[in-house]
Amino acid sequence: MNIALTAAAILLGLMIQSSTAQESNSQPDAISPRSAAVQEEDGQWLMAAKNYASTRFSGLDEINAMNVKDLKVAYTFSTGVNRGQEAAPIVAGGTMYVVTPFPNYLYALDLTKPGAPPKWKFEPNPDPSAQGIACCDVVNRGAAYADGRVFFNTLDSQTIAVDAETGKELWRVQLGDINKGETMTMAPLLVKGKVIVGNSGGEYGVRGWIAALDATTGTTVWKAFSTGPDAEVLIGPDFKPFYAMDQGKDLGVTTWPPNAWEQGGGNVWGWISYDPELNLIYYGTGNPGPWNADLRPGDNKWTAGIFARDADTGQARWFYQWSPHDLYDHDGVNENILLNMQWDGKARKLLVRPERNGHLYVMDRATGEVLSADPFHAITGTLGVDLKTGRLRYNPEKEPKVGRVVRDICPAAPGAKDWNPSAFSPRTGLLYLPHINICMDVEATEANYIAGTPYVGMEVRMKAGPGGHRGEFSAWDIAARKEAWTINEKFPVWSGALVTAGDVVFYGTLDGWFKALDARSGELLWQFKTSSGIIGQPVAYRGPDGKQYVAVLSGVGGWSGAIVAGDLDPRDATAALGFVNAVPDLKQATTPGGTLYVFALP
Amino acid sequence: MCSPCHKVAGLVLLLAIAGCEREEREFQSPPPQSGDAGAAVLSTLSPGSSAPQATPSPTGRKYNQNAYHISEGKRWFRWFNCNGCHANGGGGSGPALMDEKWIYGGSIEHIAATIRQGRPNGMPSFDGKIPEQQIWQLAAYVRSMSGNAPKPARPSRNDALNPGPAEQQRDPLPTVGGAAQGPR
Repeated sequence: MNIALTAAAILLGLMIQSSTAQESNSQPDAISPRSAAVQEEDGQWLMAAKNYASTRFSGLDEINAMNVKDLKVAYTFSTGVNRGQEAAPIVAGGTMYVVTPFPNYLYALDLTKPGAPPKWKFEPNPDPSAQGIACCDVVNRGAAYADGRVFFNTLDSQTIAVDAETGKELWRVQLGDINKGETMTMAPLLVKGKVIVGNSGGEYGVRGWIAALDATTGTTVWKAFSTGPDAEVLIGPDFKPFYAMDQGKDLGVTTWPPNAWEQGGGNVWGWISYDPELNLIYYGTGNPGPWNADLRPGDNKWTAGIFARDADTGQARWFYQWSPHDLYDHDGVNENILLNMQWDGKARKLLVRPERNGHLYVMDRATGEVLSADPFHAITGTLGVDLKTGRLRYNPEKEPKVGRVVRDICPAAPGAKDWNPSAFSPRTGLLYLPHINICMDVEATEANYIAGTPYVGMEVRMKAGPGGHRGEFSAWDIAARKEAWTINEKFPVWSGALVTAGDVVFYGTLDGWFKALDARSGELLWQFKTSSGIIGQPVAYRGPDGKQYVAVLSGVGGWSGAIVAGDLDPRDATAALGFVNAVPDLKQATTPGGTLYVFALP
Repeated sequence: MCSPCHKVAGLVLLLAIAGCEREEREFQSPPPQSGDAGAAVLSTLSPGSSAPQATPSPTGRKYNQNAYHISEGKRWFRWFNCNGCHANGGGGSGPALMDEKWIYGGSIEHIAATIRQGRPNGMPSFDGKIPEQQIWQLAAYVRSMSGNAPKPARPSRNDALNPGPAEQQRDPLPTVGGAAQGPR
């Protein structure tokens, strides 16, 4: 019986696989990640998002829904740093590369040897003072590999290229100034010989930018700011935003009070996707600064939105603002999943974005048109997206004001979903969403801009959202525009998601469980308790021995785990910008750590 | 209407007022003298028989007992964006200040030195950016966050979103770590 079932499941799997392998346009309901953006499965994991389409889908299927219950630890590795481990391990050939939180060690592990011993360790020695201007723990979201080089960013705003074989430094460039509050935490993306990087510092009045560096030399090829005059934002004749609200000259200046754009945020600390056919990169911009929106009347372009830019020149093609005049610290930096699929009976090049403001946007990625924006979580702070104007409608009752405590704003500042990326399986058509069920009370306050210190102007106190659970992991049916299933989690889910061709979904919890679910039903198939909370990004790879492995970093921290990583005091509800009040019990559930776990079938 | 009961109550009130320790309010607070910073020592270990000796700062000790200086410190704590990293004492990107753990020492001399000099893992140096008197006021307020100031001198609840029990409501915590040698 079991064998027959297995055989049927495999056959079904093969059928689905072969149908998605065909050109999606000929299949009425077929969904596929952009073919050119997704390379054939080679068993490697060269960039944090796995591919340019950012699906975080592994074509490996040795580990499947039937046998995942037998998964065992193959090896572990201590990173030597007990802070929040948000990085995705990178696998190129027979080597795994792991970058740690500050002090940003880069390790190469030899996968060809038993136990994967270290090949080399690179210590970039960033300035320790940079730790004082990292809003939400001293995290790093991973390295990137291309052409025998490993690229990563350091907390004190350097981008460094290291020889992948020897661990010797090839070049390093200083791109930001800690005395202005500037840090770098994002994972670079390699596009056509360029390393694309951006800065962090939205809580310090740092002006956001994205830059493309020559991968051979580190020289800046282009750099585009997120605020300021068009010339510095790289807005020129090619710029064709879909909606009237994003059209006009120098909006990066005129949608701010005089000179406020200079401290306006819009930092580029999240994810970049790339469409090789359109030759466009897609990335989001962070929250405007300060959080207190009364201090910056106007739409605050080009913060809390998404840019499409020419990968060669950096020139903007279109922009769309998720949260014009953002009220709630809703950075617009989440992942953008590039899919080719039928939409309203037409084959379209789509961009799917689960946004911090709680809406799941489906957009035309050639034009920037919003095709749908459906809430995937409880929302009180806004009243939906007007698809005619593209504009998010705010709920006037929940608008933060000076001298007034506004209660029960949902989602809270970290959003319905923060930076931690979702995964998409072309086999199920489902997007797997790690998310957060937290609301907040706020009071806006005065904010003094002192360079290199926080520029926030908001007292925040977060708490569990409707239902009392603080996290969720759900599957969203993109074509049907609805949730397929969801699992409540005690704590906010701050890890990334991974889905494989074995129809298994992986994610981790803040209290340290690493879980495998059935990709179709959401049934829990396997779980393992790691030594610390998980906020990392799971990946899958094929080892030199031909076996499939699943790897994840364990080590609590980040904004959600700051109470543990920074030993904060929950008697103060506003600690860690209010997050501590939502997880006052986390210290009892886990302790700091920094360990790589790698699993395989026996 | 003057019943014996009221008389007794009035007497008790008078006695209570007389029994209150009233702090001396300075109407003109001269800036701290140079050389009054004391000397903070960051270790309890010293080769030989005697422990390292710290020199107390008279200004620091005075400010630490004084409601006016502590409440001024609370104002500067916000104005200089200290709360941006340390929140209302629970911490954030910077460590918690309301608990008993003091990485760089919990005496008022230690705290003033930390504000002045900065510390290597992210605490900025405010030397030359904050006047010396305000540094002492800040340091006095920071100590009050863990209850280390006379209860009547500690601030009561914020006139804003309530972050939790006010400084006045917190039990004094011993200062631990960094050669903590604060007045108890």
